[in-house]
Amino acid sequence: MSKLLKDLKEAIRLSGLKDGMTISFHHHLRNGDRTAVMVLEAARELGIKDLNVNISSVFDTHASFIDMIKEGVITGIETDYMGGAVGKAISSGIMEKPVIFRTHGGRPGDIIRGASHIDVAFVAAPTSDAEGNCTGKMGKSACGSLGYAFADAMYADKTVVITDNLIEGILDKPSISGEYVDYVVAVEKIGEPSGIVSGTTKITKDPVGLVIADYAAKAIEASGLLKDGFSFQTGAGGASLAAAKYLKDIMMEKNIKGSFGLGGITSYMVDMLECGCFEKLYDVQCFDLGAVESIRTNPNHIEITAEKYASPWLEENMVNDLDVVILGATEIDTNFNVNVHTDSNGCIMGGSGGHSDTAAGAKIAMIVAPLSRARISIVTDEVLCKSTPGSTVDVLVTQCGIAVNPLRPELSERFKEAGLPVVDIHDLAEKAKRLNGVPLKPQRGDKVVAEVLYRDGTLLDRIYNVID
Amino acid sequence: MIINKAYAGTLESSDIFVEIEPADEGAGIELKLTSAVYKQFGPQIEEVILETLKANGIEDAKVTANDRGAVDCTIRARVEVAALRAKGEV
Amino acid sequence: MRRTMLFFPGNSPNMLLNAGYLGSDSLILDLEDAVAITEKDSARILVRNAITGLEYEKEIIVRINPVGTPFWEKDLETIIPVKPHMIMPTKVGTAEDVRIVSAKIAEIEEACGMEAGSTKLIPLIETALGIENAYQIATADSRVCALFLGGEDLTADLRCKRTKEGKEIFYARTRIVMAARAAGIDVYDTPWTDVEDFDGLVKDAEFAKSLGFTGKSSISPRHIPYINKVFSPTEEEIQYAQDVIDCIERAKAEGKGVVSLRGKMIDAPIVARAVQTLEAARQIKGGK
Repeated sequence: MSKLLKDLKEAIRLSGLKDGMTISFHHHLRNGDRTAVMVLEAARELGIKDLNVNISSVFDTHASFIDMIKEGVITGIETDYMGGAVGKAISSGIMEKPVIFRTHGGRPGDIIRGASHIDVAFVAAPTSDAEGNCTGKMGKSACGSLGYAFADAMYADKTVVITDNLIEGILDKPSISGEYVDYVVAVEKIGEPSGIVSGTTKITKDPVGLVIADYAAKAIEASGLLKDGFSFQTGAGGASLAAAKYLKDIMMEKNIKGSFGLGGITSYMVDMLECGCFEKLYDVQCFDLGAVESIRTNPNHIEITAEKYASPWLEENMVNDLDVVILGATEIDTNFNVNVHTDSNGCIMGGSGGHSDTAAGAKIAMIVAPLSRARISIVTDEVLCKSTPGSTVDVLVTQCGIAVNPLRPELSERFKEAGLPVVDIHDLAEKAKRLNGVPLKPQRGDKVVAEVLYRDGTLLDRIYNVID
Repeated sequence: MIINKAYAGTLESSDIFVEIEPADEGAGIELKLTSAVYKQFGPQIEEVILETLKANGIEDAKVTANDRGAVDCTIRARVEVAALRAKGEV
Repeated sequence: MRRTMLFFPGNSPNMLLNAGYLGSDSLILDLEDAVAITEKDSARILVRNAITGLEYEKEIIVRINPVGTPFWEKDLETIIPVKPHMIMPTKVGTAEDVRIVSAKIAEIEEACGMEAGSTKLIPLIETALGIENAYQIATADSRVCALFLGGEDLTADLRCKRTKEGKEIFYARTRIVMAARAAGIDVYDTPWTDVEDFDGLVKDAEFAKSLGFTGKSSISPRHIPYINKVFSPTEEEIQYAQDVIDCIERAKAEGKGVVSLRGKMIDAPIVARAVQTLEAARQIKGGK
């Protein structure tokens, strides 16, 4: 029997999707994704409601979730990240059940160990054959790696591949094998290319960001880890990318051959691979066109699953082999706990992604952030939401100096030896207070709008509704 | 004291735009503040503005301020300049 | 230690906020060219409040408007009471220009109960007249502790083109260095104005250093690490300086009068220079 169906509604019917079930999506099409909304609209037209949506990230392109929550089509969301548009609505308390936040490693871990069951997985695939052998490396909606979709496709009761590039014959070297796929649907468009990958990610020109990046690179150099075999991950934020560039300069100058670069991959990491700074890139997600092109053509640029990337239940996961990860923060407190879930009003506008996974795994987890942004201090006495436990965060780099977690006295010594400006994180918090003043605490209600699960599934924090 | 309509500051990040208009004698200060960080710092910003107006001898005026996350020393500077300009003392 | 001086527009709160963290040894808070005529009042009050409110840990220089404009006196009246380290008077052409500014500062210092002469001057020389009078300017007043060359205005005054090669300011550079050194004070070079041309910047800074400049100013934070590097002692220079000091110490211990190192006699200027180099190295360590 052919897996190829005529449209989404037929796929939904045949998958057996009913009220109260859990459906899943990946976020490789990022802010260009049309698939999740397309599927949910079809389900709504079929009169299905009370759906629990497990999606690896929610972007602003999913703003119509808000109406579907109000209508009762969506009654639960499980995700690793939620952008400001849906986040604001959730924070106001529009949904009865709290959102469940996981990490990029915890999500596949929970799916695989059965702690998070998926009834039907809808996998947007930039290229697929009629058997459901699919890949993200080709097609007009190419997104590169499909790392976050593997666990969904393999462990859901039913898996539907949705593609806008259905090829004749059998797809050579698929990412996800058709053996896991029950149905295939061809649609006109799974996403808007402009939102899927950015043309080029640009290094910041902000002088403060560059100073932070310079300190970050020098701190990595001073840490003793920057030698042959070095492994590294960095976020796509401006200062993080600039730090990667400075790091590359140091590696080239000293002729250091690293082992691998990990994570969400940008052109800058590709450049480091091509310059010989790394032997391999292990890629769970592509951030820009350069990364997509590289994963398609360079055999040393390797697609990995989210489980392999960061699942705490998989012993040989990649984050445990990381030397250094550079991460951002919206807030960090004097115990080094980091908030990446809410803004300074306590309103949801982010999520862990791989933040706490990499922090737990890497030998050095380094946060790069300015001391404050337009009067909002980044360094505080207590974060509004604990996204990543301070015990896993080693270093904070700001323009005003480098604070080292007291759990890592040897790092502090190494930095001082290299003449880097080491400061006490409490002094940074005080400095921020003197500069900005002490902000009023945001008004929060007593309704839990989200639960933040740590990567092992334990409850880390609760996010409460925000009162305007 | 004669007060002219005057303003100071910009709408750039970390700045504050302050406008002062004349009001009837005895009317006091009518302050309208919008701020990117109103929830965190609204009352504190209002206090700094009122204090600076008083220190510069402005007792009756309509004051509009649009804040983009300015710190206190910037707010004081912009209010002082708006006050000096309103009084024609520049 | 001053290798770099970075200019900041005086009317930009955002830039003033982070001025102290961008790696330059000194900050020049500008009330002159970087501020529109209509915002002179705003800038001087903002800069005053920044100096008192922002905990700068760097040397603060405030560039004021030229004598002859309606602004310079108010600039001083507003700024001097918050005690900047230095004032940079602009378009300084004669010793008299310096004395006028110095006298005004003296008045304000007295009125504020400040120590007389505590505010130093770094005259900006940026006219043909100023270059010709450089030594007189350098020795005009005890407040003057350095000279500063402004290449852009100077070439406009010379009616020539400002080029990257800088041949047109060669005479001015050597003249101002000679004057400053003759007066026993420091001397700082004009900024490199191509923000993206780092190779050109390094060459220009190396050339300035070779002529005797103490350091160089900049209009771009991204230039700072490059200039700092040029004006910092090299590993080799530091090692040599250390050897000189060690050699002298040994000689003292052995009671020797004349000392030589690597076949060269070590005299007082060499020792003085070695001390300077080691002191600079100590201050720079870990900085940028």
